[in-house]
Amino acid sequence: MSDLQTLESSTLTAIAGATDETALEAVRVGALGKKGTISALLATLGKMSPDERKSAGAAINALKDKVNEALTARRTVLKDAALEQRLASETVDVTLPVREAASERGRIHPISQVMDELTAIFADMGFSIAEGPDIESDDYNFTKLNFPAGHPAREMHDTFFFEPDAKGERKLLRTHTSPVQVRTMLASQPPIRVICPGRTYRCDSDQTHTPMFHQVEGLVIDKSAHLGHLKWVLEEFCKAFFEVPNVKMRFRPSFFPFTEPSMEVDIQCRRSGGEIRFGEGEDWLEILGCGMVHPNVLRNCGLDPDVYQGFAWGMGIDRIAMLKYGMPDLRPFFEADVRWLSHYGFRPLDLPTLAGGLSA
Amino acid sequence: MKFTLSWLKDHLDTTASLSEIVETLTRIGLEVEHVIDPTDKLKDFTVAYVIDAKQHPNADRLRVCMVDTGTGTPVQVVCGAPNARTGMKSVFSPPGTYIPGKDMTLGKGVIRGVESNGMLCSAAELQLSEDHDGIIDLPDDAPVGARYVDYAKLGDPVIEINLTPNRPDATGVHGIARDLAAAGLGTLKDHAIKPAGGAFPCPVNVKLDFSTKDKHLAPMFALRLVRGVKNGPAPEWMQQRLKAIGLRPINALVDITNYVTFDRGRPLHVFDAKKVAGNLTVRRAKDGEEVLALDGKTYTLKSDNVVIADDKGVESIAGIMGGEHSGCDDATTDVLIESALWDSMNIARSGRALGIVTDARYRFERGVDPAFCVPGAELATKLVMDFCGGEPSELIVAGEQPKSDTAIDFPLSEVQRLTGLELERSEMVRTLEKLGFGVISQSTNADRIIVKVPSWRPDVEGKADIAEEIVRIAGVDNVASVPLPRIDTAVPKPILTLLQKRTRQARRALASQGLVEAVTWSFVSKEQAEGFGGGQPALALANPIAADLSDMRPSLLPGLLKAAQRNADRGFGDVALFEVGQIFKGDGEKDQRMAAATVRRGGSGRAWNAKATPVSVFDAKADAMAMLAALGVPLGGLHIVSGGPAWLHPGRSGTMQFGPKNVIGWFGEFHPRTLEMLDVDGPVAGFEIILDDLPAPRAKPTKVKPKLELSDFMPLERDFAFIVDRSVKSTDILRAVQAAEKVLISGLNVFDIYEGAGIPEGRKSVGVTVTLQPREKTLTDAEIEEVAGRIVAEVTKKTGATLRG
Repeated sequence: MSDLQTLESSTLTAIAGATDETALEAVRVGALGKKGTISALLATLGKMSPDERKSAGAAINALKDKVNEALTARRTVLKDAALEQRLASETVDVTLPVREAASERGRIHPISQVMDELTAIFADMGFSIAEGPDIESDDYNFTKLNFPAGHPAREMHDTFFFEPDAKGERKLLRTHTSPVQVRTMLASQPPIRVICPGRTYRCDSDQTHTPMFHQVEGLVIDKSAHLGHLKWVLEEFCKAFFEVPNVKMRFRPSFFPFTEPSMEVDIQCRRSGGEIRFGEGEDWLEILGCGMVHPNVLRNCGLDPDVYQGFAWGMGIDRIAMLKYGMPDLRPFFEADVRWLSHYGFRPLDLPTLAGGLSA
Repeated sequence: MKFTLSWLKDHLDTTASLSEIVETLTRIGLEVEHVIDPTDKLKDFTVAYVIDAKQHPNADRLRVCMVDTGTGTPVQVVCGAPNARTGMKSVFSPPGTYIPGKDMTLGKGVIRGVESNGMLCSAAELQLSEDHDGIIDLPDDAPVGARYVDYAKLGDPVIEINLTPNRPDATGVHGIARDLAAAGLGTLKDHAIKPAGGAFPCPVNVKLDFSTKDKHLAPMFALRLVRGVKNGPAPEWMQQRLKAIGLRPINALVDITNYVTFDRGRPLHVFDAKKVAGNLTVRRAKDGEEVLALDGKTYTLKSDNVVIADDKGVESIAGIMGGEHSGCDDATTDVLIESALWDSMNIARSGRALGIVTDARYRFERGVDPAFCVPGAELATKLVMDFCGGEPSELIVAGEQPKSDTAIDFPLSEVQRLTGLELERSEMVRTLEKLGFGVISQSTNADRIIVKVPSWRPDVEGKADIAEEIVRIAGVDNVASVPLPRIDTAVPKPILTLLQKRTRQARRALASQGLVEAVTWSFVSKEQAEGFGGGQPALALANPIAADLSDMRPSLLPGLLKAAQRNADRGFGDVALFEVGQIFKGDGEKDQRMAAATVRRGGSGRAWNAKATPVSVFDAKADAMAMLAALGVPLGGLHIVSGGPAWLHPGRSGTMQFGPKNVIGWFGEFHPRTLEMLDVDGPVAGFEIILDDLPAPRAKPTKVKPKLELSDFMPLERDFAFIVDRSVKSTDILRAVQAAEKVLISGLNVFDIYEGAGIPEGRKSVGVTVTLQPREKTLTDAEIEEVAGRIVAEVTKKTGATLRG
């Protein structure tokens, strides 16, 4: 074996044996550094004859290339191994739980959600939102709405009253959202199209009644709005709200002091277990009252009933929320039990739109 | 209002089925609530003949009966009834029959070794009476094999309608029949009532003792004596009808009054004439006057109540309930029949005040037909004479029938105007006439008719009422749906007001902060109202439903705090609630404000990578700032002032305001005294902001956002540690920094607060990082040093700070 072969063999063995980059660098310096073995051989070339130099030079340069190649290859191996080791040491338990995001925990109350749904539907039909105070006068809550004196609703056992003020006027908590109708008619000129959602109050407390509840009222006044339009509006509303392609409704003649003719409206449904499905089935479920605005109410609000006409309807927001989303009882709506709110509430970004669908 | 099908058919000649009748009633506004058809539950019970009843071989108390059920093949039945005997007729049920009185379905059985293929039944097993003592014993002529329900005439369906308060005419079967006839379901039978005449003058006189202004309380009072009657049970058919609608038959005289009440919506009263002393006076009660009424209770009356009195005192509470003393019993031989008119409002008030609910009150408070006062007395007289014999006196009538002569000038086109329904003139006129309205056509105008309202329809006052009558009979279902034309055919415009928008956004923003929306009562206790700045008398309910729901809430916080504690008491101590809703600062319209509030209780909860921290004032502040930012409130002018209202911790609360006068709300931890008053514990913090008080965004002519200016130069940060007195506010330091350099500073933050070793007692170190954004060229070290020097000088001057070494 020639010296070159010996040197090649020992150098390559050293490269392969280097276990880290420092050791490898030492091998490189030992071979190719200024005083390295291969560098020393290259230095001998100057003393050779041209012919000798030609053959020895080629052999030494070939060895140098081979060693360089081996160094590069080994360096890559060592680098990869080092990275592997680092990655292994950085491994964590990714199954550990992360903290729930705030937006995962937050909830919108079903009443607010349903109010937003109502807004989405009726805004599209060209209705505005009208509001009025919870503390009302007897005049707006009863008299202007054609409740006769002595009507039972005007008694203490039905309605919350305040003590009479200095002028002897006895204010009350509105028993329905209908005084907002009165306010709207008094404050604006037809055509009127509003819905009036809000809190309402009655002296009632049992399994199905709470002293405070929510209603939404609708009012349309112009010179031609009639019962046929009312039916259409309510049919379209029910389909949109309950998100069903069809809904069958039954209009029953009924009585309210502030509408004439008056009707109660049932929708067809199927009940099975705790679930109600609309647009099918054999049962009827009462959901709202409605009618043509009573001429006396129009007159009381400064409108001539021979010129202006229109219709109104009212329904319980809590009730339609229960029907749509299946809460069995009313009372928990106002108990602020986080278990109930988390279960029946809505995620913060579930904003009802007609484009995206009212509910997710 | 309840009645039976056969009763209805006394007034309505019809071939319509029960289901047609029920469906039509609901369709025309007489909503059917229940139909109870006894045939359903009794259809399998038949009349049977006991051919032979023998002693059971293995049981002393049982008999083995061979029963002829009409099929030709005798059936063997084991029967335990003591009265089971050969040759009797009884009621049989085959295996598979549901036995209502036992709530079980009968099966075939072997009883003590003997096969039994059915049952002979007691009245209790059929739920016909309480009689358990033996099986039903039928007369010999009962037809074997016939349905028992048909034989015993038990199959009269009971219909209950939910009557709206405007329909006094439908408190009687006759009025309901009239509506059905108008709806095309048959012909109304005319029961003309012949006056009974009178053999002698009525010996008892009636005086309506009222001042002129009180005359309306008792406009009319008819009275007749029938003497020589023999009282006893009413005929079976009448008893059955009364029982079917839930009334207890008493005796013929009393049952007649109840029957006419339901038959004609005409309440009556009968007095035992022998128990009446002298003449009758109708008058206001004297305050404190007492009467023992027919329900066995003694009522103390007031002058608001109207009574019928004799020489000894009150005999009856007018229109509501008779007195026990002069009531009719089996011994009655002379009866006084009263048919009177009362003021509906007075009856309603008196009935409510006295707490008496009767069928008479139900009708008088709706308004009974004034024209039927005398016919009602005549009908009762006829029934009394039919059932009990006797000799009638002349009828005396005190007062007079009030006029009921409403006439309405009605354009028939009104129906289409209000309902969109097109109907033939003849159909509309026919409907009105069938309902008893008089219709007078006008030769000059085919569209206009004069409609005379019948005496039994006091609810009909104007054109809309007439239109309703026509439409309800024609059928509201026949009104076609018509799309409501848009006022504006363009894409819908935004409709929400700024406050409405902010109310909605506030909810979404707070929910995004991890808070859960609650809806709590608008009322709180007086103590809670006072504890949160309210409690004024104008906001106290006169009739609260409960003591802790007595005052309108001046703040959302007490409701939320109590709710948070309730959750904690259930084991959910870390709660984050919010509410966006109305609060009340007074009883005026403007005093109702829209508030948003939060309450966080407990802490962040434990996690493997973070320490559990209790909630603090800064959680509340973060929620408040997040909400304000989400609402797009321009925060440049917002000042946070230390301290807040009395219900917050004075050292851990802040007031949010735009200028000294416009306070928008508060945040902080709660005052321990407030928590103690509410019985709430644990770390609790929250905020309340009045949304009405937030400044509106500046109106801009276009939607274009301001131009974005980006610098080409790298921003750089410099940190300063200022040592200041403990009482110095960080906001004062930051303001001083800002004042020192108005152009270059693009960011400011407090990154550290430190007190303790190395810092003098009573002082703290505030670490502030300042971001400088070079505008036109990179800053040199000297320029940076110059800015830093100015900052330190200004902060030192304003706050007495020294730079930490």
